[in-house]
Amino acid sequence: MEMIIKIFTKNGLVMSFMVIGIVMYVSGLLSKMTNKRIAGSAIAIIIGLVLAYIGGTISGKGAGGLGAIPIFSGLAVMGGSMLRDYCIVSTAFGARLSEIKKAGAAGIISLFVGVILSFVVGVVIAILFGYNDTVSATTIGAGAVTFIVGPVTGAAVGASSEVIALSIAAGVVKSILVMIMTPFVAKAVGLNNAKTAMIYGGLMGTTSGTAAGLAATDPRLVPYGALTATFYTGLGCLMCPSVLYFATKAILG
Amino acid sequence: MAIYGLTLLSFCFFAGTYIGDLLGKVLGVNSNVGGVGIAMLLLILISDKLMTENKLSKAAQQGVLFWSAMYIPVVVAMTAIQNVVSAVSGGPMAILAGVLAVAASFVFVKVLDKIGEPGTPLPPVDEKTKEAL
Repeated sequence: MEMIIKIFTKNGLVMSFMVIGIVMYVSGLLSKMTNKRIAGSAIAIIIGLVLAYIGGTISGKGAGGLGAIPIFSGLAVMGGSMLRDYCIVSTAFGARLSEIKKAGAAGIISLFVGVILSFVVGVVIAILFGYNDTVSATTIGAGAVTFIVGPVTGAAVGASSEVIALSIAAGVVKSILVMIMTPFVAKAVGLNNAKTAMIYGGLMGTTSGTAAGLAATDPRLVPYGALTATFYTGLGCLMCPSVLYFATKAILG
Repeated sequence: MAIYGLTLLSFCFFAGTYIGDLLGKVLGVNSNVGGVGIAMLLLILISDKLMTENKLSKAAQQGVLFWSAMYIPVVVAMTAIQNVVSAVSGGPMAILAGVLAVAASFVFVKVLDKIGEPGTPLPPVDEKTKEAL
């Protein structure tokens, strides 16, 4: 047993191919049991999140999810930002430029609307829960944008580490919810073409959430949603500690 | 050779990341601005040009397509390393902020869809492509 664990730990990436393959296979079986009403990839994503919770609880760290356990450490390579971004770029192969141009204006507007909307929602909730000083409210609002914008903004405006942790939590909740909910609301919001996918990417912004959510809905939408989503975090980091911080300050005093 | 496809992909990846970092620096933000998106646009433009000139061999295309096929498994691996514990234990405020931000954004998809010409729905997936996915 000890030998097997050692082999797995030493060859982490290869191990993760095996683990994820098994997860995909089980998800496919479960999907069949629902008569394919729930897509296999949607189930796989939910299983992944459950595993992340279990792993994070066992390791006691939370961060790193299942990858925090040494034998599963290879998952951090397979699911890390390097391979994720490499794969996202590869999905653009075969995407049509004409479709992207058609959604151009709406896509750009969606980025601004998305950042401001999430920020305002976050700030309002923060105030309702008693975090009514400008710095804390701004940081939590920025966290509702994405879990990267939250800490970046918090550091810039000088928020306490407790508030920064809350802002990260809000961002993680958002990203996970996007992963799970997208396939279920796809029909209602008209997520069946390149244009709405780009708008959706711009509104949600969380690259991981958008990527997983669209993959579970229709993988052909992924390149369009991911394209706008990758501009979102940058825009959030630009707007939250500056324009939006001053706007919040003007209102809260 | 399949590796040529990967090389093209890597080139776009790095060029995009570099431009994104540069953009972040110019804008004075501590983050990459749209690096992956720029890389995607580069890949679309370059591969389109190479394909029309017949310079991208079948094998090279397969190299790129392999990674697009690996996309969902990689995303599943990504979900398995998320900090779900912190999301769940962030308390009602963090959860509510996240939930409402998502709900509000979903509502706006339809609103913004009215801007510009309407998009054309993707054709239904036939069995063959379904297998490939």
